[in-house]
Amino acid sequence: MTLLRMAWLSVLNRRGSAMLTAAALGVSVALLLGVEKIRSETRTSFAATISGTDLIVGARGGAVQLLLYAVFRMGEPTANIRWESYRMIAEHPQVAWAVPISLGDSHRGFRVVGTTAEYFERYRFGAGRSLRFAAGGPFAAPLEAVLGAEVASRLGYALGDAIVLTHGVARVGLQHHEEHPFRVVGILERTGTPVDQAVHVPLEGITAIHIGWETGTRIPGRSLPVERLEEVDLTPQAVTAVLVGMKSRLATFAFQRQINEYRGEPLMAVLPGVALQQLWSLVAVAENALFAVSACVALAGLFGMLATLLSTLRERRREMAILRSVGARPRTVFALLLLEAMGLTALGILLGLAMLYGGQWLLADWLALHHGLHLAWRMPSTWQLAIMGAVLAAGAIAGTLPALVAYRQTLADGLSLRV
Amino acid sequence: MNEAPALSIRDLRFAWPGQSALLSIEAFAVARGERVLLRGPSGSGKSTLLSLIGGVLRPQAGSLAVFGTELTRLSGPARDRFRGEHLGFIFQQFNLLPYLSVLDNVLLACRFNPMRARRAGADERARIAEAERLLAALGLEPELWYRRRAVALSVGQQQRVAAARALIGRPELVIADEPTSALDAEHRDRFLELLSAECRQSGAALLFVSHDPALAPHFDRVVELAAINRIRS
Repeated sequence: MTLLRMAWLSVLNRRGSAMLTAAALGVSVALLLGVEKIRSETRTSFAATISGTDLIVGARGGAVQLLLYAVFRMGEPTANIRWESYRMIAEHPQVAWAVPISLGDSHRGFRVVGTTAEYFERYRFGAGRSLRFAAGGPFAAPLEAVLGAEVASRLGYALGDAIVLTHGVARVGLQHHEEHPFRVVGILERTGTPVDQAVHVPLEGITAIHIGWETGTRIPGRSLPVERLEEVDLTPQAVTAVLVGMKSRLATFAFQRQINEYRGEPLMAVLPGVALQQLWSLVAVAENALFAVSACVALAGLFGMLATLLSTLRERRREMAILRSVGARPRTVFALLLLEAMGLTALGILLGLAMLYGGQWLLADWLALHHGLHLAWRMPSTWQLAIMGAVLAAGAIAGTLPALVAYRQTLADGLSLRV
Repeated sequence: MNEAPALSIRDLRFAWPGQSALLSIEAFAVARGERVLLRGPSGSGKSTLLSLIGGVLRPQAGSLAVFGTELTRLSGPARDRFRGEHLGFIFQQFNLLPYLSVLDNVLLACRFNPMRARRAGADERARIAEAERLLAALGLEPELWYRRRAVALSVGQQQRVAAARALIGRPELVIADEPTSALDAEHRDRFLELLSAECRQSGAALLFVSHDPALAPHFDRVVELAAINRIRS
């Protein structure tokens, strides 16, 4: 029978209040760990979304904004860039490849990405992995589409299905491009990036379905009949952004300067890594605030535990006298109370872990679908372990107060069992 | 083992801080194996005297020796160890830790005292057997021994468990502070018979404090606290 087991049984003896105390601590620990989990997972998954792209070129504006709409499909592009600008970039001697991207349409809530077939070759994610087809292959004709894994599985599409794009990305008040259905010719393997949530179509397709929509809405009778597609030049007027790979990384900065100083129109080139860093420093303020709030919740939980332990001490004076009568030293009484506080805290931490993983289990789907955030199942990170250690230490420090009170009571009471 | 008496008090004085003296005892002794009933009304300082003998309180003056060991000369931790090893306590009521089983409550005395643990048995199994033997000898039904919550027992049963704890590991002196005050006459007498028998068997001296004169026949000697304490309450 160790002191630890006695402390444990004593906690169990008051399991009602003990569980509530531990639950309060658990919520705070789950919050602390959850904030950290979201923080690190967002960073990992954002950083893994784009690799192998040296520069992203778009209309002049915020670097973070360009990164968000071009790569993560979040927010709206401010302006397009002209096709001539794209040609200039693509034909630059230092540029190995340049993949244009055209955004603005959607399909049942999923974004449509107009691009070239080269996209499937050049796009890299994670540690340089390239896109692979789970079924079919890249598009070859204007009205063909390649679906991300999530789009295909959510909407139950298979090769050969016809899909109709929607003008704009809003969810209500939509106008559909019914006269130009796209045929699904390829479905990509899952990547855990925003690619999974995209419908990829050729730039020519985007051009084709927007003929007659120059005013921003459909002008009846002006749209291009499908059978006349062949006769028309479908080269786009503009694209939203360009993903660029350099022949030599050393040329990246010089080329970036050239783009930024380009006289044809206001352009901007950003390094994805640098833009990500800017993004993180922006959100760090919010993250720190969240972390501070969670820490305060943990503090409140510890105060709750203190209140519970202190309130039981009066009724436990007899218990202390019994322990003294069988030879327990005052410091043993101190240790017993301290162990109880630590036991409660440890229980709270375990509950917090359970809540964290339970919450992940419940929310993983929703986060992945609506926020593109894929939470990996991992063992607690070093930082999370450090957080748990800190909470346990704080519990021990808080526990010294009731332990000290019990110690003093013990000295004063001796063996008398006065109530 | 030396030949000193179980308890020997000389010229002892004690006052609670800020109060006038409560105890002033010129001489009081309990012989080895002797069973003494110390009588006195409540508030007369009986419990304080027991705390002094237990080494939890320290007298302001005088000598207090248990088996020849002068308690007033020992440090706090040494007195704690001495108490755990040589004395067994039974209190008026609420003797048990509510969150331990009956058996664990008995073995608690071994938990804090390696020497008592050794005398109770060579290993954990032997100690459990000894605890079970004591519980059986004190008339506690086996189906209660492993019950998780000791507080579910009746007062009489709880006192028997407390007696088993006071006796396990054969401490030389058992100190009982009105353990029968909550029992009816029949249970009280039965409890005293069993306690006396076990003390006799293990050779322990018994210092039993009570205000109840009806208990006298169970003891070798009856001492009135008023007769040895020079302070009049």
